[in-house]
Amino acid sequence: MRYGMAIDTAKCVGCSDCVVACQTENNVPIGYCRDWIVENVNGSYPNVEIELRSERCNHCENSPCVRCCPTGASHIIDGGIVMVTHNECIGCGACIQSCPYDARYSHPDGYVDKCTFCHHRLEKGQNTACVEVCPTRCLHFGDLDDPYSDVSKALKNRTWKVLAPEAGTKPQLFFLT
Amino acid sequence: MKTRRDFIKVSAAGAGAAAIGLSALNWNGVNKAQASNSQHPVSDEEMTSFPTYCEVCFWKCAGWTYVDKSNNIRKIIGNKEDPHCSGRLCPRGTGGVGMYTDNDRLKTPLIRETVDGKQGFRKASWSEALDLVASKMKDVSENHGPESFALFNHGAPGAHFKHLLHAYGSDNEGEPAWAQCRGPREVGFSATYGSWIGSPEPTDIRDTDCLVLIGSHLGENMHNGQVQEVSTAIERNATIITVDPRLSTIASKSKYWLPIKPATDLALLLSWIHVLIYEDIYDKKYIEQYAIGFEQLKDHVKNMTPEWAYGITTIQPDVIRKTAREMANASPSVIVHPGRHVAWYGDDSQRERAIAILNALLGSWGKRGGFYFKEAVKVPSYPHPKYPHPHWSWKDNLDGKYPLSAMGITTELLKASIPEFDYKHQIKAWIVAGTNLPLTIPNKELFQLAAESVDFIAVVDTMPMDITGYADVILPECTYLERYDTIRSAPHREPNIALRMPAVEPKWESKPSWWIAKQLGERLGLGSYFDYDDFSEVLDWQLKQMGTSLDEMQKIGIKIFPRKSGPLYLGDGEEYSFNTNSGKIELYATEFEDHGFDPLPKFTKHPEPEEGFYRLIYGRAPMHTFSRTSNNPNLHDLMDTNSVWVNPKVADLWDLEKGQKVWLQNQDGVVSTFPIKVRITERIRWDSVYMVHGFGHNNKKLTRTYGRGASDANLITNIMVDPMMGGTGMRGNFVTFLTTDPGMEVEI
Repeated sequence: MRYGMAIDTAKCVGCSDCVVACQTENNVPIGYCRDWIVENVNGSYPNVEIELRSERCNHCENSPCVRCCPTGASHIIDGGIVMVTHNECIGCGACIQSCPYDARYSHPDGYVDKCTFCHHRLEKGQNTACVEVCPTRCLHFGDLDDPYSDVSKALKNRTWKVLAPEAGTKPQLFFLT
Repeated sequence: MKTRRDFIKVSAAGAGAAAIGLSALNWNGVNKAQASNSQHPVSDEEMTSFPTYCEVCFWKCAGWTYVDKSNNIRKIIGNKEDPHCSGRLCPRGTGGVGMYTDNDRLKTPLIRETVDGKQGFRKASWSEALDLVASKMKDVSENHGPESFALFNHGAPGAHFKHLLHAYGSDNEGEPAWAQCRGPREVGFSATYGSWIGSPEPTDIRDTDCLVLIGSHLGENMHNGQVQEVSTAIERNATIITVDPRLSTIASKSKYWLPIKPATDLALLLSWIHVLIYEDIYDKKYIEQYAIGFEQLKDHVKNMTPEWAYGITTIQPDVIRKTAREMANASPSVIVHPGRHVAWYGDDSQRERAIAILNALLGSWGKRGGFYFKEAVKVPSYPHPKYPHPHWSWKDNLDGKYPLSAMGITTELLKASIPEFDYKHQIKAWIVAGTNLPLTIPNKELFQLAAESVDFIAVVDTMPMDITGYADVILPECTYLERYDTIRSAPHREPNIALRMPAVEPKWESKPSWWIAKQLGERLGLGSYFDYDDFSEVLDWQLKQMGTSLDEMQKIGIKIFPRKSGPLYLGDGEEYSFNTNSGKIELYATEFEDHGFDPLPKFTKHPEPEEGFYRLIYGRAPMHTFSRTSNNPNLHDLMDTNSVWVNPKVADLWDLEKGQKVWLQNQDGVVSTFPIKVRITERIRWDSVYMVHGFGHNNKKLTRTYGRGASDANLITNIMVDPMMGGTGMRGNFVTFLTTDPGMEVEI
């Protein structure tokens, strides 16, 4: 069991629904976010291309945030989800510095917070809030070890990339191009 | 757009310090998880959900409002059965919770008063405020006739106040949806097919092989069901052709992006018609069976070759031919989209006619992958006495102008409010419900003059929008999450209805519009028109007539009914009569001819910017609706200002830097009240600038959005009026940059 997500950049319109759905589902305080949108524009008028990406924690297999955490608050659970135990976190911010994806933030209550792949929903057999809400259905989630999962099927017939491969983090977020 | 950059800014400024403080506490043994329970997600089973349909835009998606045990609204999730959203709300619907929680909301009725020569608002009780509005309505009725009382409205509150106004004896009502938005397309399509497009649009994008967008920016315009269907079209590799001077989001996902010179779309459309006819690739069988006027059309477009259009549009002839052939190859599974906000250049009904003609040549009307035949459920009217017949109506004031206007023209109602215009019938007072006129209506001067001229203005809103600054009485409406409203019955593939019910009690002293209208009605002696204690009685009566009940609808939220009007599409060669003069699709519009307008669309050249000026183009962002949402805490967090998009070549000329604040000045010398940040981007043509509509609010009570960004509406002073239906063409305005503060800020 290894959870992963594929983001179809051909379909994403950058509407930010994933961001606000995550905020209301996970009570992320206004002014903060666990997922966000990146827009890349390349070329010059009229030969211009745009790539829109819904980004979040990459739940890296080789996760620098877990390695550098002095208290063990950052850890990996079954399914490869990188989690932070809030009351073990001292808010030192080492993990924030170590993350090549800038996926973590300091919660105003004093701990570091980030995407959990909506672990509390997965436990109940539900999908993540961002995947459930996405109007363009550009987010595919599931077990990478299961060839019939939504994410595996999405990856099968498409080309994809990961972000910052040079960091060697073995990220579990895949961007369909 | 929420980017990580926003987050860093916030975290570095304030939250970082807080984090240090709290982590020190943690070392002292305070359990932060206990200190703040609110951060933990609440599971769906621990909450109660209530059906609603969204009011953040007017696509009206059905959803469920989730309320926790402490009566907090936690989230809003789409209703899976709803064809408008398929269980997925858009960012605005998801962020609708912010409309409820916003602390800037109107909390009590307010009455304008003058103390020591200074005007302000004082808190008032509901009975005092309602008495005052009712007494003004009585005064107007006695002295000028009830017709002199006008209603400006948008969205759900409109239905309740229209009922009140009709019972009172006036039908002078207008909403920006007609003259500022989609009126021209309804006129153009009605003259061709005898049918409006309406909302939601009956475009069969789900099954189309080719989608052509003329300036439509679906994906930024987040009309939910439509965007969802576009996504399936992308997945199916349908051909998308987007015509836009800006690389919109959808243009970037299109097989063909035609970066057209602004204001020349009609020339491109006519040349496409030329190619289809003269290359003999139109749907001959369809045209022979269903249409009239082909020979006149053929003759009309004879010289409108791609080479002719190239000189006007800057689109290469081979691209025009290639895209026309793509459409023909996909025929009839092709949609040349009518668009939505189409009040651009004053010849908009004619441009829409050209779009309608193009669809007819492609045989797409009434065909799978083209336009389906929509159907809605008829909601029975709750019994009430007959409305009195008004002695005059807005149409009588037009003196034969705008003969094809089918809904009240907001700008004409404003002119009728100004004595200097010397209209036959004068408007003396307004109720404004759910529409923020100063940021919606072009030509602010006209609006301000009208507001100063009338004797009385009552405003019903949930927020202290700019319009409330002009009110004599402000009536605080509760949000859609706190009230019952009329049943949503919108046309779709399958007829359906949706219920909106309160999930929580109204906050502060806010009240539902049905209650406000009823209270006013009773004070005016019109109680028999409001023969119920609670609006739920009306709904239950109506729902029972329709074979369901309030009780059932509270459990399911949405109900789908079987179609009664026949299949979604025309059968092969099926006989069909269109609701036009001839019963046929009118390529040659006899309705237009009868009124003295061109029966076939002609290209007219529109003014171009002078040196140093750029055409002002405006549009939408997916997380905002008009000016309604920019103060919503959740949606403001996603996008807190607009920016002016400038091509890098233009930025170089002006020495503009990324993020620099500038003021915009238009061709008439009007300067934006607030500065706007420059976004230097290759996504915009060098002869135009672009900004998202709905920012530049000028009411300090909107604490988040006040003074953020600029208002395009205020820079639109040149209005190109559509002579057929009164549409206010707004894309003939040109702006230049001011880099030093012109000192425009004044309090309203």
